[in-house]
Amino acid sequence: MSRKTLLNSKDIEIILHRLACQLIENHNDFSNTVLIGLQPRGSFLATRLASLLKTEYQIKNLQLGFLDITFYRDDFRRRDAPLAATATDIDFLIEGKQVVLIDDVLFSGRSIRAALTAIQSYGRPEHIELLVLIDRRFSRHLPIQPNYRGRQVDAINEEKVLVTWNETHKKDAVYIEQK
Amino acid sequence: MSELSVKHLLGIKYLNANDIDLIFKTADHFKEVINRPIKKVPSLRDITIANLFFENSTRTKLSFELAEKRLSADVINFSASQSSVKKGETLIDTVNNILSMKVDIVVMRHPNVGAGVFLSKHVDAKIINAGDGTHEHPTQALLDSYSIREKLGSVKGKKIVIVGDVLHSRVALSNIFALQLQGAKVKVCGPTTLIPKYISSLGVEVETNLKKALEWCDVANVLRVQHERMDIKYFPSTREYTQLFGINKEILDNLGKKIVIMHPGPINRGVEITSDVADSNESIILNQVENGVAVRMAIIYLLAQQIKR
Repeated sequence: MSRKTLLNSKDIEIILHRLACQLIENHNDFSNTVLIGLQPRGSFLATRLASLLKTEYQIKNLQLGFLDITFYRDDFRRRDAPLAATATDIDFLIEGKQVVLIDDVLFSGRSIRAALTAIQSYGRPEHIELLVLIDRRFSRHLPIQPNYRGRQVDAINEEKVLVTWNETHKKDAVYIEQK
Repeated sequence: MSELSVKHLLGIKYLNANDIDLIFKTADHFKEVINRPIKKVPSLRDITIANLFFENSTRTKLSFELAEKRLSADVINFSASQSSVKKGETLIDTVNNILSMKVDIVVMRHPNVGAGVFLSKHVDAKIINAGDGTHEHPTQALLDSYSIREKLGSVKGKKIVIVGDVLHSRVALSNIFALQLQGAKVKVCGPTTLIPKYISSLGVEVETNLKKALEWCDVANVLRVQHERMDIKYFPSTREYTQLFGINKEILDNLGKKIVIMHPGPINRGVEITSDVADSNESIILNQVENGVAVRMAIIYLLAQQIKR
């Protein structure tokens, strides 16, 4: 198995600042906007972006939640390994809100499809946007595209894009692994 | 561990500690789900569940049905009193006829001990035991333990006394198995006529003095006196039972500590427990009912996960 570094911690730092600025451009002071990280892996990116917006860009009252989509997936009972759920932590209603879904890698689009269904349990949002760190082009199963993307890659299906975070792997990096 | 070690939920006897842990962790997620504005997830859209109740039930039946519907399963209900069982149809025939309608999971309550085990050997569906005679009632025991875990942080090392009609109680037996698996200490307390003869072989101590039992315990799980299962007199009068084994405010106030009061329902108010105790802050009876839905959702979800198309 070979591994190639796609982004190092410096690259990620720059990308996070760019994504934060793009969000501010569209959402001003975030008074009617909520950030929703998709569990488990999107929540690291969401937490990082939220703290960046708070500390570097003085956004107050930022609402951040985490959404688990396990019970909404369309591959329940179709996988070999069973799915284990993670916690959902959304302590606000999203009725009439502008929602930004946040995930690390956009691949088939099926997780986002599940998230779009799951988020409806918390109300009817005004609109929903999608932010991803890595957009794997040409691999979509569904007509879903991100509004904000960190980096677009043309990885082939046999390759795996792996995002590691300081919080879990002691290093911010994005790798492409070949099986 | 994210898969149960069993193919059916027939009794706590067949589970291990990891299974219980997995069920509780999954139930935590479902508890969050049932407190959302929209309390439903689409996981079991293509699963059909039959609730077969050959014996009366209010709470368990409603709880199962709600759990199934919150998981988006299709549900059919069956009560023996309104069915062809009265015409002499056998259990296997009844169930096989229902399964011909493409049912994946059967939830069954039956007056005969071992009915679930028997069925699991003869029909091709997941079986969940919702109470078989005086034997086991696994989902009740799981929701009881889940409620203790929620109230006291964990079950391990806690002292639980089961008070009342242990002899006729499937809740008691399943609770003993479940609590011991999780490392709790269990005593039973009641009139000697209502304590099974060989209970000590389960590692359970018997205490016939209610006050001593309550002073020892962290949690008292109070059972209903099951008049309908008593074909002979087990105690002289209900009044005497209440005087010796009924839990009232005065006894609790004189303990010098707070204990948690549980009851699987339905309550005979004024017999095994007084109204002021049942409705007090120490009582988690209604939490048990809420948790029942989350725990049953977890069990159904985990068993359904094993069904491959």
